Amino acid sequence: MRASSASRAMSAGLGRRVLRKPIAVISGFVLIVIVGGSFAAPWIAPYDPLEQNLRIAKEGPSLAHLLGTDSLGRDILSRLMFGGQESLSGVVVAVLSMLILAIPLGIVAGYLGGVFDRVILRVVDVLLSIPGTIITLAVLAIFDNNMVVAMVSVGVLASGAFIRVFRSATLSVRQELYIGAARVSGLSQARIMVDHVLPQIRGVLLVQVTLFAAATLGIQTGLAFLAFGPPPPAPTWGGMVAEAASLIQTDPWMLVPTGGVIALTTLALCLLGDALRDANQERFTLAGLVGEKVVKTTAPPPATPSPRLATAADPDDEAGVPGAPDALLTVRGLSVGFGAAGRETTAIQRVDFDVSPGEIVGLVGESGSGKTVTALAVLGLLGANGRITAGSVRLGSDELVGMSSAKLREVRGARIAMISQEPMGALDPSFRVGSQIVEAIRAHERVGRAEARTRSRHLLEAVRLDPAIASRYPHEISGGMAQRVAIAMALAGRPDLLIADEPTTALDVTVQADILELLRTLQAETGMAVILVSHDWGVVADLCSRAIVMYAGEVVERAAVADVFETARHPYTAALLRSNPHGAEAGTLLPTIGGSVPAPHQWPHGCHFADRCPLVTAECREAPVEMVHLDGDRASRCIHIDELAEAKV
Amino acid sequence: MARLIVTRLLLSIVLIVISSIAIFFLMSLVPGDPARTILGANATPDAVARLQDQLGLNQPLLVQYTTWLGGAVRGDLGESVFSGDPVVTLILARVPVTLSLILLSTIVIAALGTGLGLLSAVRGGPVGTFLDAISLVGLALPSYWVAIVLVALFAVAIRIFPATGYTALTDDPGAWLLSLVLPVAALSLGGVTIVAKQMRDSAMDVLARDYIRVLRSTGVRERTIVLKHVLRNAALPSLTVLGLTVVGALTGAVFVENVFVLPGLGTLVTQATTSHDLPVVLGVGVFFTLFVIIVNLIIDVLYGVLNPKVRVQ
Repeated sequence: MRASSASRAMSAGLGRRVLRKPIAVISGFVLIVIVGGSFAAPWIAPYDPLEQNLRIAKEGPSLAHLLGTDSLGRDILSRLMFGGQESLSGVVVAVLSMLILAIPLGIVAGYLGGVFDRVILRVVDVLLSIPGTIITLAVLAIFDNNMVVAMVSVGVLASGAFIRVFRSATLSVRQELYIGAARVSGLSQARIMVDHVLPQIRGVLLVQVTLFAAATLGIQTGLAFLAFGPPPPAPTWGGMVAEAASLIQTDPWMLVPTGGVIALTTLALCLLGDALRDANQERFTLAGLVGEKVVKTTAPPPATPSPRLATAADPDDEAGVPGAPDALLTVRGLSVGFGAAGRETTAIQRVDFDVSPGEIVGLVGESGSGKTVTALAVLGLLGANGRITAGSVRLGSDELVGMSSAKLREVRGARIAMISQEPMGALDPSFRVGSQIVEAIRAHERVGRAEARTRSRHLLEAVRLDPAIASRYPHEISGGMAQRVAIAMALAGRPDLLIADEPTTALDVTVQADILELLRTLQAETGMAVILVSHDWGVVADLCSRAIVMYAGEVVERAAVADVFETARHPYTAALLRSNPHGAEAGTLLPTIGGSVPAPHQWPHGCHFADRCPLVTAECREAPVEMVHLDGDRASRCIHIDELAEAKV
Repeated sequence: MARLIVTRLLLSIVLIVISSIAIFFLMSLVPGDPARTILGANATPDAVARLQDQLGLNQPLLVQYTTWLGGAVRGDLGESVFSGDPVVTLILARVPVTLSLILLSTIVIAALGTGLGLLSAVRGGPVGTFLDAISLVGLALPSYWVAIVLVALFAVAIRIFPATGYTALTDDPGAWLLSLVLPVAALSLGGVTIVAKQMRDSAMDVLARDYIRVLRSTGVRERTIVLKHVLRNAALPSLTVLGLTVVGALTGAVFVENVFVLPGLGTLVTQATTSHDLPVVLGVGVFFTLFVIIVNLIIDVLYGVLNPKVRVQ
């Protein structure tokens, strides 16, 4: 029974959520007025719908006749009110016939599955290939203009599409825990479908009913427009449009109220349906993602205020990274925000580092430390949502921050290139591998197709692939091969700097070593610089000369790799090194760092690592910690560096 | 690919037989005597008996169906109860009109829908808002009403296009196009907005994919990325929606043909319905089913051409 109360509680909020939407309330009100006005017409309509008065024929709106009069001087408003009865009850008939078929068949197909599902789906396929209009017209021909039977056939013919919708709604409900609980508790299948599945798909049902009602109103009035249904002088909405159509030369006004009432009703139904759909989706997000939703809505503005960005933006005043005039890439005070301007969440801040020509630098940290954001910011590829809020990225003598997109395009590929984590997602599934490499080549060089193809063959050979692979599609090659293709694409523009964002994380262990070996060889052959983003110290030790350690959006330590392995000068680096399987002693448990990287809106005011740090003191939490410069070009963002050296944490 | 087409064709034959059975037996559910309904209450018993004989109504249902199916396979769908003309002749005379209307509408829907959808995905802002507004209007206004308003504006108030009537393509291509501008506009409005919305959604989905970022990182021009990679990948889901709107245009054509008095299948079936001419209604029904099946087949084949994964299987 707990299961049933849970399902009831979940659907109970739907009505309230809908009522909170102004559009839904207005649409509902409009519908009530139209439906009420139609069915109360005998009592409240100002005139008899059939009463003729030729002296006032074809008049526009007036106080006596709010919507004017038709060609026989009949009051249009009264005729619309009476006509609504026919159209609206036709819609109700069609919706009911659709529901009577679609609800049981949809739920049975989705819930019981198996043979039921297959048979019902076959029937649906047939229903969907029958041209509904013709059948409806045939029904009208056979049943001597009987609109009720015609609307039943409209409902029956449309049920196919709705059986599919209700079936897939049931499929997703079937996975829910309380359905399983109900089954275990011994309820019969029929009871579960009626008591538990049906209330759960209520939201989807309501949405579909409103949208189908809107579509049906179009068909009903359309048929009346074609002179089916009650013969004149009986008022029908469609018939009145037809009358207006015959008067467009002399009295175009009549088109407005007759078409208007149909449009208004349809619009109200559609908007109500949309509002119901939104409310229903909110229910699912609320039910499934309570924690996440709360975080999103209550997220305070980033605790880190922007004043410090002002200091970081000034290259001379920034944390005093040794100037490197010969550096290939110089990143200073780089900060990135995501979200709407003014309310954005800071993802990385005050990031400084250099890359020299031909050097391999490791960018190290746990997931969420800001490595990938840093890499994307350098390329100016943060997407529509993110932007660089402060700092500078210099490539040689060119400033990339604020560069026009046309200029930036010339830099990408030709001077800085990138390979990403997910090789399978990195290739466009619709094009052959070779054509994507050719495209990358021709993005920067005016070469003919034949020459580009030759070059792409050379590139494939350079990444140790059979050039014949060029004619394959991405889904026909393995992840390791796809990563080699991605590398070939990155090399196509002969870049000076390659950013490799965890290039082996998504690959099989056996393939990882090959790809790293390939990167090392290519670097040696081309002399390009590489930024290797990684969380694996083994890889960094293997390939890189220097390491930049990031934590929660900040650079916490910069050092030569050999020095880092000798002594870490930041508690986070030390903890990372200890939890790395490559350096672990055999037979001992692998230590892990307690806790996790805080999300940007949870960053502490002081040291970002304070909550997980063994050396933390009150002082650490007081103010943001600046970079401390040590011997050589080492630097660490820690105020306890000396203790760290003694304590050997 | 060839296998895909052959299996789809075989499936289509099964489907058309099943749906013709459905149509046929649905008609047999009529209470009372169809012949009496067709001829009206004032018909002589003699005339009713003659019509019963002509329609084969005094034979068992199965015999009626197999007789009809046997004729249908040979291209004989019976004769009109009223004019006595063969149904196939009546239909074939009107196919070009409906086909012109639907083909032109499909081109307009595909081109405008794709263009608007792609534009609003890339540019967002005003184009997106405009699209939302237009699509609400397109949904709310019945196509026959739009058709009348178009006539009032562009044929009555400003005399640019003919209000009604049809000129055959073979007679005068210019007049043919002119006579179809307003009908096609009325028929395409809804479809354009539906396809555009789908295109916008799937284009935005594609724009967020990794491979788009990778293409940007290699310096490929944004125009190439949008017009080649985004378009190609977003086209797949939009194609399904386009198929549905083309099938839906068939229903719309029935109304639009009536407003513009175009001598197509829509006006034929409306007249036949009004006069209870069952063999003609049934014949047009078979043609429409055939049309739906052909559209679905074309969509399936195009899907296979555009999606390399389907092509291989």
